[in-house]
Amino acid sequence: MAAGNTFDLMSMATPEDIAAQEFSSVAASYRPQIFRFLLASTRDVDLAETLTQDCLLKAHRNWAGFRGESNVMTWLMRIAINLQKDHWRNRRMQFWRRTQTNSVDVDLAGEWLPSGDGSAEQHMLAKERVAQVWKSVEGLSERQRTVFLLRFVEEQELSEIANATGLSEGTVKAHLSRAVARVRHELGGRR
Amino acid sequence: MSFIDQIRKAPRNPQGLSGGKAQGPEQDPAQGLTLEPELQRVLENYRLSVHAWSEAAYHRPRRPAEAARPRKAWRLAAAWTLGIALVAGGVSGGVFERQHRQELARMAAQREADRQKQLVAERAREEEELLARVDSDVSRQVPSAMEPLAQLMLDDDKQ
Repeated sequence: MAAGNTFDLMSMATPEDIAAQEFSSVAASYRPQIFRFLLASTRDVDLAETLTQDCLLKAHRNWAGFRGESNVMTWLMRIAINLQKDHWRNRRMQFWRRTQTNSVDVDLAGEWLPSGDGSAEQHMLAKERVAQVWKSVEGLSERQRTVFLLRFVEEQELSEIANATGLSEGTVKAHLSRAVARVRHELGGRR
Repeated sequence: MSFIDQIRKAPRNPQGLSGGKAQGPEQDPAQGLTLEPELQRVLENYRLSVHAWSEAAYHRPRRPAEAARPRKAWRLAAAWTLGIALVAGGVSGGVFERQHRQELARMAAQREADRQKQLVAERAREEEELLARVDSDVSRQVPSAMEPLAQLMLDDDKQ
């Protein structure tokens, strides 16, 4: 009897209900990744949360129009990147606002490095190097930073980055190369 | 394949923030980038630090939404008040400036009109004086028609 009721309920589900369930699953799966990218990019926890919410809201509104031509993650990432761009554009206009409300202290960024197997000295050195990377990533241009984070934090392939950013693979490669050169330079290595 | 299947089948890092596979920089020669082992290690550590920070921030206790709302409302009210004050100041300043300029122009026009009136009056007075002077000069210089006869009469009286 109970199985019959479940079957009845499933058969009664409308396409809207199914789409809502699908989207709910997508949001639950990708929300942490979207948040992580936005957090690494903005370095502001509150802002990253707000933009993540906006991203999922926008995705939900356009879910019916998503044809699956690209990966869901790439599609969501593209929305997140556009929202972030809009935010910075607006922020530039609203120059009187405080620049960051809950931003990370770059000097303390290395503290997030999980403790490894090496000696305490090696760990300190690794922390210093990580803090240097944080600082140099902050100095990258918006596009270079986006490409750098997608590659080295989200571990996306060049083709995925190109899809998410709307750039060609060659342009992505060029931005990535410049970003890496800058990080390398900041770390004191060869250019 | 539905989207759910797609997600279940091929998520890169779907269920957690720190469950990513330890690849990335090692693959970069294939992506056209050559990274030294030291740089690869630093970038890997950077990735781990971002993941750790993100995970901590994602699971931090959320502030209640109600606590944030009054501050936002207060900010909005302050922004509106400031905006209205600025607009009102701008408009009233503009109106005052316009009126001031109109007043100055009116005074200048009045002064010009007075000066013109004075000039006209002065010119009229000068003309009048000139005519009076001409009249008096003419009356003095023109000889009387009866003067020779009067002279003769005076001579006769003397004799």
